[in-house]
Amino acid sequence: MSDPTEISEEAVSAAVTAALTAISSAADSAALRVVRTEHAGDASPLARLNALMRTVPNDRKAAAGKLVGQARGQVSQALTAREAEIGAAEAQAQLAAETVDVTAAASAWRPGARHPLSLLQERVADVFVGMGWEVAEGPELESEWFNFDALNFDEDHPARAMQDTFFVDPPEAHLVLRTHTSPVQMRALLSRELPVYVVSPGRVFRTDELDATHTPVFHQIEGIAVDKGLTMAHLRGTLDHFVKAMFGPEAKVRLRPNYFPFTEPSAELDLWHPTFKEGARWIEWGGCGMVNANVLRSAGIDPEVYSGFAFGVGVERALMFRNDVKDMHDMVEGDVRFSQQYGMTV
Amino acid sequence: MRVPLSWLGEFVDLEPGTTPEDVHAALVSVGLEEEEIHRFDLTGPIVVGEVLSIEPEAQTNGKTINWCQVRVAPGDELAADGGPAVHGIVCGAHNFVVGDKVVVTLPGAVLPGPFPIAPRKTYGHVSDGMIASARELGLGDEHDGILRLAALGLDAPVGTDAIALLGLDDSAVEINVTPDRGYAFSIRGVAREYAHATGATFRDPALAVTPAPSSVEFVVTIDDQAPIRNRIGASVFVTRAVRGVDPTRPSPAWLIARLKLAGIRSISLIVDVTNYVMIELGQPIHAYDLDALAGGLTVRRAATGEKLITLDDVTRTLSPEDLLITDGSGPIGLAGVMGGQTTEIGATTTNVLVEAANFDPVSIARTARRHKLPSEASRRFERGVDPAVAAVAAARVVQLLVELAGGVADDLGSLHDATPAAAPIFLPTGFISGLIGLEYTPEAVRTSLAEIGASLTETEGGLSVTAPSWRPDLTDKWTLAEEVARIVGYDRIPSVLPVAPPGRGLTRTQMLRRQVAQTLSAAGHTEVLAYPFVAEKANNLFGAPAGPVVPQMRVANPLDGEAPFLRTSILPGLLQIAHRNRSRGLTDLAIFEQGQVFRPLAGVVYGSTVVPLGAVRPSAHLEAELNAGIPPQPFSVGVVLTGNAVRQQPGRPAVAAGWQDALAAVQQVALATGVAIQVSQGSHQAMHPGRTAELFVTTDAGPASVGFAGELLPAIARGFDLPAVVAVAEIDLSLVFDRAGAELQATPIRTMPAATQDLSLVVDVVVPAGEVLEAVIEGSGPLLDHAELVDDYRGAGIPSGRKSLTFALRFRAADRTLTAAEASDAKLAGVAVAAARFGATLRE
Repeated sequence: MSDPTEISEEAVSAAVTAALTAISSAADSAALRVVRTEHAGDASPLARLNALMRTVPNDRKAAAGKLVGQARGQVSQALTAREAEIGAAEAQAQLAAETVDVTAAASAWRPGARHPLSLLQERVADVFVGMGWEVAEGPELESEWFNFDALNFDEDHPARAMQDTFFVDPPEAHLVLRTHTSPVQMRALLSRELPVYVVSPGRVFRTDELDATHTPVFHQIEGIAVDKGLTMAHLRGTLDHFVKAMFGPEAKVRLRPNYFPFTEPSAELDLWHPTFKEGARWIEWGGCGMVNANVLRSAGIDPEVYSGFAFGVGVERALMFRNDVKDMHDMVEGDVRFSQQYGMTV
Repeated sequence: MRVPLSWLGEFVDLEPGTTPEDVHAALVSVGLEEEEIHRFDLTGPIVVGEVLSIEPEAQTNGKTINWCQVRVAPGDELAADGGPAVHGIVCGAHNFVVGDKVVVTLPGAVLPGPFPIAPRKTYGHVSDGMIASARELGLGDEHDGILRLAALGLDAPVGTDAIALLGLDDSAVEINVTPDRGYAFSIRGVAREYAHATGATFRDPALAVTPAPSSVEFVVTIDDQAPIRNRIGASVFVTRAVRGVDPTRPSPAWLIARLKLAGIRSISLIVDVTNYVMIELGQPIHAYDLDALAGGLTVRRAATGEKLITLDDVTRTLSPEDLLITDGSGPIGLAGVMGGQTTEIGATTTNVLVEAANFDPVSIARTARRHKLPSEASRRFERGVDPAVAAVAAARVVQLLVELAGGVADDLGSLHDATPAAAPIFLPTGFISGLIGLEYTPEAVRTSLAEIGASLTETEGGLSVTAPSWRPDLTDKWTLAEEVARIVGYDRIPSVLPVAPPGRGLTRTQMLRRQVAQTLSAAGHTEVLAYPFVAEKANNLFGAPAGPVVPQMRVANPLDGEAPFLRTSILPGLLQIAHRNRSRGLTDLAIFEQGQVFRPLAGVVYGSTVVPLGAVRPSAHLEAELNAGIPPQPFSVGVVLTGNAVRQQPGRPAVAAGWQDALAAVQQVALATGVAIQVSQGSHQAMHPGRTAELFVTTDAGPASVGFAGELLPAIARGFDLPAVVAVAEIDLSLVFDRAGAELQATPIRTMPAATQDLSLVVDVVVPAGEVLEAVIEGSGPLLDHAELVDDYRGAGIPSGRKSLTFALRFRAADRTLTAAEASDAKLAGVAVAAARFGATLRE
C-alpha cells in the first residue's frame, strides 16, 4: 500500500484498524514494544498522516485534526490496556516459575534440645518461685557434716557406710559426694534470715550401679520452709498445690507414715494421677515431714519457737511416670535422640 | 520381714476371708512399706496316700524304678481326682516301704513351677499321679527321696487333704521395716501394728509365757572394757538350759511351713525352734550344745588379732571393737551376729543352753558390717530389740523344746538385766495439734499413746509419757506426735497452703544459667548430662592449657575403677558421649553440658579432720573451716561438635563442623549472658596449635582468661575414637557471670543518611584480622557507625606472605548528611592507625 497523500477517513481508519490488530496480537511485552514503534512511533502511518496536517486547507484543519487525534488516542489507549494485560500475565508466569517444593527446604539451622531432666527441674523451681519461694544451691562435693551430721544422721547410720556413699580420698577428710540435696537446706538455714522458704534442685550421688531403674548420679528437688507456726497441714497444702501446678487439677497427694532421720513426723509422699501410663494409680514419689528438731538445732534455730516442713522428690522418677520413660539408660547415656524428642519443652 | 497370715492370726483377729492384700493395705496405712506376697503356689488334689505295694523294675538305662499301688481314698470311695481309690504310680525314689503314708499329687494338681500333674505313660506303665518330695511341694531343699509323713511326726487318714495338713495353704506378706521400728521385725510387733490399723484385738504373745526363775546359776560375766560410744555391749543376758532333747525328732510340718514362708530354711528341730521364737517375738536366740561349753560365759571385746571360726566355716580375724561370747576355751561366738563352730548344735546334741541377750545396736551394726555378715539376728539388734522380751523368749524356747523335742526344762540358767529405766517424756497439752495442724482431743492423744503401749501420767500442763520397752525410737515430743498422727491417720491432716514472704525470684546467676542453656539449644546444640567421673589422664589433659598434672579429687570408692576422678573439665564426658552417639550412627553432633567441675587448688589440703556433732550449731570458726575444706566447684559449659554443621540438602552442600562453630557457640554464650567475650589466638595442650582461641572477659584488673575454643588435636580426637576434626569450646561460667549485670548505657540511634565505603588493607598473613579491624575502628573515630570483615584474600596480586583484608565500613554523623570527603578522611585516619600498628598498606 502506497502512502496516502491526504488525510482521509479511509486512510485513518485503515491505520487504526491495522494498529489495533497488531496490538491485540502482540503476545508479550517485547512484541508489544515493536508494535508500539510501528503503530504509534514517529514513523507510524498515523504519524505520517499527522504530518500531512501541514497540507490540509485551513477550513478542514479542525476536522482533520480531530480525526487524526482521536485515532492516535484510540491506538494509545489500546496499547496501554494491552501493556497492563501482558504485564499482569507475565508477572503471573514469573511467580508460577518461582514455585518451590516447601517440603524440601534446605536450611543451615539444625535442631537443638534441652535435656528433659534440666527442664523439669526448672519447671518445679518456677512453681515454687511463683509461690514466693527462692531457689538455693550448694556444692556437689560436700562436707560430711552438711550431708549427714547436721541432718540428724547418726555416725553409725547405714547410709554413711561406704557401700552407699561416694567418699573422696582420703576418707578421713570427711568429704562426700552429696547423697541428697538436703545439705543445701542446711546451708540455707545457716545463711538466711528466718523465715526461710527455699527449694533446691540438683545433682546427687549414690553408689548404685546403673540399671533400668538406678543410676549413681541422679537429680532431686527438695524444699524446706521454716517459720513460726508451720504445721503438717501446711506441708500437705504446699504439696497439694505443687502437684496440681505440675500435673494438673486432678493430681492428688497421699501421705503415709515413714521414717527419715531429718524429719519427725515423717511421711512417704505418694502421687495419684488419672493419666499415668498403666492407669490411674498411686506412685511413690518422695519423702517429707516436719523438720526434725535436731536439724533446726544444727542451724542454731530454737525448735520451741520455730517449726518447719521439708520434702524431696526424684526428678528421674518424675520423668519416668510422667513421660513414660522406661529405662534409666536413656536419661544418662547422652544419646541426642532422647533429648531431641523433647526439644525445648518438657 | 515376712509374716505368715496363720501366725499373725494367732495374736490379732483377722476377719474371715482376709487376703494378703488386705493385710498389706492395713500395714501400709500405719507406716510399714509393702513388699511382696509369698505363697506355696500349688493347688490340689494333693492327698495323704498309703503305699500298698512296691514292685522294683530294673530299666535298660541302669535305673531301678518302683511300680507302686497307692491307696488315695478309703474303701471304694472315689479319689479326690474322681479316679479309683487305688492309683498306680511310678516312683524313682527308694526311701519308703509298704505301709508308709506319703503325699500324693493326683492328676489335676499343680506344683510350684508351675508343674501340672497328669496321668503319663512312663517305663511301660501309666503313672496316675506322683508321690511328692518335700522339695517338690516347696517345703524345703531336701531332695533325697520322697516325703514320708512319719518323718514329720505326722499321721492322717488316707485321702486327707495334704495341703492343709502340711500348712501349705498359708501365705505371707512381706513388709519393709524402717530403722525406727525394730519391733516390727517380729510377728508380735506386726500384729500390734495390724491392730492399730484395723482396731482388731491384739493378744501379746509376750504375755503368754511366764519365765520361771532358775535355781542353779549358770555363770555369765559381762566384762566390756571398751564400750562403743559409752554403751556397754550387753545390757541383758538370759540363759536357760534344757536337757534330754531327742535329736532324732523331726520339726513338725506347720513349723517348717511357717519358717519357709518367713524365709528361713528348716535345719533341725532345735535350730528351727530358736528361729521360730526369733520371728515370733523379735528376740534373736542362740543355742549352744551345753556339753561342748567349757564353763560359764564371758561377754567381752575381742583382743587384736584374735580369731574365731564362725558357723559358716570362715575364720574371722577379730577387731577390738567386736563383742564376743567366750567360754573357758576362748571365743565361741560373735555376739548378736553369728555363733562359732565349736559349740554348735549338732546331730547328737541332747543338752542345750539357750541364750537370749540384748546387745548394743551400734556394736552389732559395726561388727556385721566389718565382717560383711548381715544375719537375721544382726538385722534385729541393729534396729533395737525389746530388752524386756529376752527372758520371755528364752522361756518360750524351753517350752517348745519340751513340747516338740521331748526335752526337760533344767534348773540351770541366769538372768542379767541392766536395762536403764526409760526416761519419761513431757508432752505439753496442745503440742501435737499445734505441730500437725489438726485438733486432737486430749482423749484421742491419750488413747493413741496407750494403744502403742506407752504409760501415761497427767502432769501440770500436759502428760508425762513413758515409752514401751520395745520403742527405743520414742525419745521426744515430736516422736510422740508422729505416733498420735499415724494412729489417728495421716489422711485426716487438712491441706492448708502457707503464705511465704514475697520472694526475689531467680538470682541473676540462676537466670543466666538457664539463658545459656536455652540459647545454645536454640542455636542447634543438644543438652546432655554426663557423669562427672573421669580418668586422671583426661583431667590432666583438659584441666589446664599446659602442664603434666592438675590437682584433682579422687573418689575413694568408685564404681568404675577406670574413671575414679572428679572432672576438672566438662569436655572428657562430652567427648565420650559424642563417641557413644557416633557408635549408634549419629555422626553429625552438636552437644553441650553445663555443670559443676571440681577444681581443687594445688597445695591446699581439703576436708576437715573433725566433723562437728549434729543438733548443735557449729561455731562460726568451725563453720568457716568446714566451708574452707570444700574445693571450688565452678559452673562450666562445654560444647563439642563433629561431623557436619550443615547437612547436605537439595541445593545446599554439606558444611563440616569446625573451629568456627566452636567460636559461634562462644558468641552465643556471650549473647546469653550479655558479657562480651574476646577472642585471641591461643594454645592448649589438647588442642590444634593453629586452630585454638583463648577466650577473655574484661575485668577491672584487665583481661581474664575464661576458656578455650577451637579444634582438638587430631591425635586426641582419635584417642576418643572420634574423627580427626572435633570442634570444642569450654567456658568457665563463674567468671563470666561475675561480669554480667552491669547496666547498659544506651547509645542514641543515628538516623541521618549513611555513607558506605569498602576498605582493603594488605598486611602480613600472621597479623590477626580482628586486631586490624580494631585498629581501623579506633582510627576512624566517632563517624564510623559500623565495620566488619568481609574478605580475606591471598594469592595473585598480593605479595607472598601478605594477605588482603577487606572491610565494609559505614559512616554516619548524628546531625548531618556526611559528604563523601568526610567519610574518606575518617577511613584514611583508620588506615593510618592500621599502617602504624601492623604496616598495613592500601591495596592498589
